[in-house]
Order: sequence, then C-alpha cells, then structure tokens
Amino acid sequence: MLQTVFEIKSNEKIAKDVYKMVLLGDTSDLKKPGQFVNIKLDGFFLRRPISVCDYDENVLILIYKVVGAGTEVMSKMCQGEKLDILTGLGNGFDTSKSGDNPVVIGGGVGVPPMFNLARKLIEEGKKVTAVLGFNKEEEIFYKDEFEKLGAKVLISTVDGSVGTKGFVTDAMKEIDFSYTYCCGPEPMLKAVYNASDKDGQFSFEERMGCGFGACMGCSCKTKYGNKRICKEGPVLCKEEIIW
Amino acid sequence: MVNTKVNLSGVELDNPIIPASGTFGFGYEFAELYDINILGSLSFKGTTLEPRFGNPTPRIAETENGMINSVGLQNPGVEKVISEELPKLRACFNKPIMANISGFSIDEYRASCEKIDKEDQVEFIEVNVSCPNVHNGGMSFGTSPESAAAVTKAVKEVTTKPVFIKLSPNVTDIASIAKACEEAGADGISLINTLLGMKIDLKTKKPVIANKMGGFSGNAIFPVAVRMVYQVYEAVNIPIIGMGGVSKAEDVIELMLAGATAVQVGAANLTEPFACKNIIEDLPRVMAKYGINNLKDIIGGAH
Repeated sequence: MLQTVFEIKSNEKIAKDVYKMVLLGDTSDLKKPGQFVNIKLDGFFLRRPISVCDYDENVLILIYKVVGAGTEVMSKMCQGEKLDILTGLGNGFDTSKSGDNPVVIGGGVGVPPMFNLARKLIEEGKKVTAVLGFNKEEEIFYKDEFEKLGAKVLISTVDGSVGTKGFVTDAMKEIDFSYTYCCGPEPMLKAVYNASDKDGQFSFEERMGCGFGACMGCSCKTKYGNKRICKEGPVLCKEEIIW
Repeated sequence: MVNTKVNLSGVELDNPIIPASGTFGFGYEFAELYDINILGSLSFKGTTLEPRFGNPTPRIAETENGMINSVGLQNPGVEKVISEELPKLRACFNKPIMANISGFSIDEYRASCEKIDKEDQVEFIEVNVSCPNVHNGGMSFGTSPESAAAVTKAVKEVTTKPVFIKLSPNVTDIASIAKACEEAGADGISLINTLLGMKIDLKTKKPVIANKMGGFSGNAIFPVAVRMVYQVYEAVNIPIIGMGGVSKAEDVIELMLAGATAVQVGAANLTEPFACKNIIEDLPRVMAKYGINNLKDIIGGAH
C-alpha cells in the first residue's frame, strides 16, 4: 500500500453514468491486475474504493459509475485537480493459472478491472476472449479498447439491443475457454460460477471501512477461512468460494 | 523543547497517542506504512476467548463526519492472538501493548485476561464492556454499575497488570458506572466506545447495516467524548484514557484538558492511515502554540 497524490489529466463521460478518469502519479505499488485504489474526497468521511482499469509507470486509469454522492462529486472534477489516493490495495488476479485461452467476464462496472487483466494475459501470449455484459446499448463502454488489445469481444445486453440478448452466461455458451476470470455484481458472479465447470477467479465487492485490512468491515467466509475482501480479496479462487 | 511524555499507571509513554482497538488490527498493516514505534502504546483488536467471525455484511455505513460499524468482534480467539498475532506485532513494535479483551460472561472475561496476562509485552489490559455490536454480552456489562463492577472485580483477580475498563457512552449516568469500576479495583477508565447509531439507505429504504444498528464513530462524536471524559474525571481518581472522534493534535489537548491522561485515535486511522503519525508529529507545534511545555501538566486543566 502506498499513499500518494495523483493529478487528474482528464475526466470524461464514456457511457450512461459511467466516467473515465485518467490520473498522473506514482503507480509503483500496483503489482497485479484486479487491484484497487481508495480515494479521499473532500466532504466525505470514508474513502471511495475504485478498481483499477489500467496503468503504466505514471498513468492510472479509473472507470467508475455514478452511484452516490461521492462518485457524483468525482464526476465533476476537472483536469489539474489533485486526489489523495491509497494505491496497491487488494490481492488482484493471478494470471499464471489461466491456461491458453482464458475468458475474462465483466458486468457493468465490473468491466474495468478486466481490461488490465486482458492486457496482461495477452502480453503473456494467451488467446483472450472478453465477455462484457450490460443492460442496454447506452451503457456499453470499452468494446473497441478490448478489441485493440487483440481480444475477441462478445457483448451481451439484457434488452438485446447489442450482441447476445440476455446475460454474460448466454454469451459464454458460444465459446470455448480454458479458465474464467470474472468481475461484476454478485448474482452475475454466482451465475458464471454455476455456468461452467472450468476453474476460475472471481472479484467481489463489499462495503469497506478502511480498504487495507484494519477494520474487518468487509470480511467473508471462505472454505479456507475468513478473508477480508479488501486484503486477501477482492479476488477469490473458485475452489474457496462457499456457494 | 516541549515534553510529550505521560505516565499511565506507572508506565511512561513517549506520548499519549494510542491507536484504538479495532481500528489498527494488530499493528503490522500500519507498520508497512511507518515505524509504529513512535506510538505511545497500541490497543489491539478486541479479543474474545473463542474465535468469532462477527456479524453479517454490510458492516459499514458512512455518515456525515463519521461512520457506523457493526463488525461484531471478529477475532481469531485469545489462543491464536497469543500464538499468531502477537509475534507478528512484536516483530514491528517494541513499545507497551494494551490488550483489549471482550467477553460474553464474567468467566469468559476472566479466562481471557488470565491468558493474556502472561504476555510480557502486554503492559495494560483494556476490558471492553461496551461493544454495541454483540447481543447478550459486551455492552450489557457496561450499562449498569453493578455488572461493570462485577467484570472489573473478576478480571482484577487474575492479573496484576493495570486494568482499564472501556465504557459505553450509551448510558444515562456514566459517572456512576466509572465510580463503580474504580471501587471494584479498576486501575483506569477508557472512554468513549461508539455511540449506537443507524443509517437508512433512501434508495432501498432499509438500514444499510445488516445488523441494522451499529457503533457511530468519527469526528462527529468528539464533543460527546470531551463531555464524558470531563464528567468521569470529576467522579474518579484513577487515570482516564480518552477517545472518540479524535483526528488532530488539538483534539488530544482538548481531551487531556477534560481529564484524559492518554488519548486513543480510532476511526481516523481508517480514513487516514497516517493519522496517529501526523498527530504525534504535530503535537509539539500545537503545544507550543498554546504555551504548553509539559503535556502531563494539562491533564484535567479544564476543571
């Protein structure tokens, strides 16, 4: 974990209620795809945990959905403003277990962390399929970006306006894959968990106090004992999840 | 050159700053960020005789200037705390440790304290009779003078270390409870634990916290802490560890003026992991600003 100050380079709307914030600063503590950062906002007591979409040596990209007062404030921030951020939080995804052709599955704001994961997997020479689920066309983002990485992209929409009508599990039926990586709302995680007999990793969300393991606010039970979503998670392996 | 040293029950602390139980784990997460040996002491995560998972999630809700938690005393149990957590804490911390103990019966408090008493680096035992997040225990002992005194008496039988009883603010007469603990042999009083609170989500129209209610902490509760430390200081002659919403050096001075000998920092650690370090480093500046040379001279100065 590292506490550092980032400067906003850009902050723009990319889909309905969804914003992309590009920040400049020290990303040295980010080690794995699927980690998150915790952002201090003026006027709010708790920090806002946001998953990392992508990063390089000095650029951090966050994609977030406006779901409450905190993210509303974030959406109105401008270039040049500074943010106090804790980085390098959470365990992240392990790419070593993926096999040759893993699928990365993201639902809504579960899509962003799958981008850096897809990039890392492709850099490791793996053939990646991305299944991205949304409710409707106006919520879709990052399809082109995944394709530019070299991933095969399948879209599912609940209303059928784009791609496969239904859920990510409907689009998954169309492909073969060696391993699943998944991030999204818990009902989606559970559906993906049940839809395939392949092994995989699942990224969970929980209300957090600190985001770095001190308060035990986000604990869950696993087959391997109690884990803190912010510290030993947010990524859990399929074999340890109790469902 | 100002002097920040205080003497807590015969133990000299470099400064009065102690991270509050439940907001600092067993220290090692914070030791990744800074050398935690700058702390006066450290009150570790509330420990019970048996392991506990705690309450269902969500356990956390945000409020204006504060937060509500309902963790429910998640801990690995006193045996594992001794065998696994304390060695990790010792590896990064060589100052006096405050052991925070909770229980669901007087026998349980006694048994846990008897075990933790044998740990050399534990200089103080802080007995939590005020957790708002567990049923049939915790706070119920802290809400009457008789039961708080009974726990105090039982614990004092099994340890010679200074025992601080951590009291709940969710009572009508804090002074009488503190006095009962003193008469039962307590070496000091810690207060305040969290205030019982609730947050309702306007979208779902239901309480945010799975357990519905939880402990309210953060800056918003600071004036309540000042008032209760002030009242208890008038009622007892044993030292007080003050806490509740402390987030800056000025708050430390204010609580000490109210009557605290040492000061714990709680929720601030969760939002600002460097909170204790920042306060310790800023304390000399704030002391100088208010003409304070020896911090211990101001204890109870507001009376």
